Amino acid sequence: MSPTEKRNLILAFESSCDETSVAVIEDGHKILSNIVATQIKSHQRFGGVVPEVASRHHIEEVTLCIKDALAEAEVGYDDLDAVAVTYGPGLVGALLIGVTAAKTVAFAHNLPLIPVNHMAGHIYAARYVEPIEFPALALLVSGGHTELVYMPAENQFEIIGETRDDAAGEAYDKVGRVMGVNYPAGKTVDEWAHQGKDTFKFPRAMEKDDNFDFSFSGLKSAFINTTHHADQIGETLSKQDLSASFQQAVVDVLAEKTKHALADYPVHQLILAGGVAANKGLRERLERDLQRNPTTHLVKAPLKLCGDNAAMIGAFAYVAYQHGVFADATLNADPSLEFDWAADSVK
Amino acid sequence: MKILAIDTSNRPLSVAVLDDATVLAAITVTVHQKHAEYLLPEIERLLAMAELKPTDLDRVVVAAGPGSYTGIRIAVTTAKTLAATLNIDMVAVSSLATLAANVPVEGALVAPIFDARNQNAFAGLYRIKNGVPTAVIADAHTAVADFLAAVNKYGEPVWFLGDAANFNDLIATTISAATPAISPWLNLPQVATIGLLGQKLTPVSDVDRFVPNYLRLTQAEAEWRAKNPEEDTESYVEKI
Ligand SMILES: [Zn+2]
Repeated sequence: MSPTEKRNLILAFESSCDETSVAVIEDGHKILSNIVATQIKSHQRFGGVVPEVASRHHIEEVTLCIKDALAEAEVGYDDLDAVAVTYGPGLVGALLIGVTAAKTVAFAHNLPLIPVNHMAGHIYAARYVEPIEFPALALLVSGGHTELVYMPAENQFEIIGETRDDAAGEAYDKVGRVMGVNYPAGKTVDEWAHQGKDTFKFPRAMEKDDNFDFSFSGLKSAFINTTHHADQIGETLSKQDLSASFQQAVVDVLAEKTKHALADYPVHQLILAGGVAANKGLRERLERDLQRNPTTHLVKAPLKLCGDNAAMIGAFAYVAYQHGVFADATLNADPSLEFDWAADSVK
Repeated sequence: MKILAIDTSNRPLSVAVLDDATVLAAITVTVHQKHAEYLLPEIERLLAMAELKPTDLDRVVVAAGPGSYTGIRIAVTTAKTLAATLNIDMVAVSSLATLAANVPVEGALVAPIFDARNQNAFAGLYRIKNGVPTAVIADAHTAVADFLAAVNKYGEPVWFLGDAANFNDLIATTISAATPAISPWLNLPQVATIGLLGQKLTPVSDVDRFVPNYLRLTQAEAEWRAKNPEEDTESYVEKI
């Protein structure tokens, strides 16, 4: 290899919630390693993520993840070009482990440090499918976030709509709990939904409103009222039909809002990303909708990279690296970090 | 031996750089509690002043708790990452022992106390033996009254350090022996002292698995264990 062909290697860290992850990424699109230590089993004991427990697990795992990531990628510190880390949004105590470890590695080996917004990371999971073409629009759906992000050009992110109450993934967990499904409930509800029918016709919130915001609290309340009422009169409802009805309402709201957004923001790509992007119902619906759209094509984040992982952080870090976005040793966690709103959006 | 010592267990931030028995640079700051922001820049600054690179370090000594959960995690994450990434030794010292090391009086009994609210504290009792604080009552999260009652049984003068002033009335009524008046300076960790002690201590054998000494389960964990006394709690994190 000539010096100009030297590959760019980034060691990326992610610890914003309940996964400790370290990855080595080549040129922003090739995964040499992506170690993910998940704490799901631990938090299942409590029915959801307990922040202090999450922080304690992260510190148990973080240096092991570094070692495994380097070993699997067969690289050493001398081969690296930069260190990248999620610094927000997320749980502050959890973020701090990744941020502290990443800063320390960067300092110890005199490497540049790249601060990465977790949501940019989620979007860039799609980079492992194909290069991102601008302008692009991303539908980000996860346990903590539901938002539409417009990307006019590389390294530019503008929120054009977001949830006004629960995130979609949060709503899944809540109705899952009502049906006796342990956190995280998305997968089971998705499976049941495919076995049932939309018989309950739950409300679709703000589907027709003239903005791109989402709301799932009304749907959640309708769901709880329906099951509560059935309990009182001793009636057993089909979990499959309940799931199908709930999921259909969620998917309708997400798909309708996205369709409106695409009308106002013509883009080359619609990127579907975030933990809930693994939902089959949502993937299928957007595939159908986008088949009828001649100008925009759908890029779905790979199933394996929908959940939190450091490979997606490394993919965006490569872009940040090209743009010279670096942090110094004072980098802190920013639990409520978010993209700016689009200047012309109706908030 | 080039040593970096750090403590961010509570509000003070303390960093020191040593070359064997020589303290090259040391700082203790109490004006803010922003350890995530300030710890690494202070390490950078002190190493630079000492004209050392991170790769020159042979050992990192850390006050590993008890203390603020976030505070001890920042220090321990920094220490274990440095040790792991540079492949150097790490020595962990009790954050209470770090304070006790401030008392240079051979044979003295020292009781460092961190206020843990609601009349509770993280506390331990140490005797200075050959210049080294040696635990007499192990570090624990305890009711202050219980700790003081146990300390009083020794019937000897006791040096109270740390947040002890928060409990002055209780100390006065519980402890019958003398309590030496101290300079407020002794209430602050000065990690140069444990940097010196840390040269002789045995390094942590498994840096990767090392965790801070919280001395308390999280509330969720404690409640869960009470309900599930038989469950193994070791295998809850898995690689996917
Ligand atoms: Zn996420």
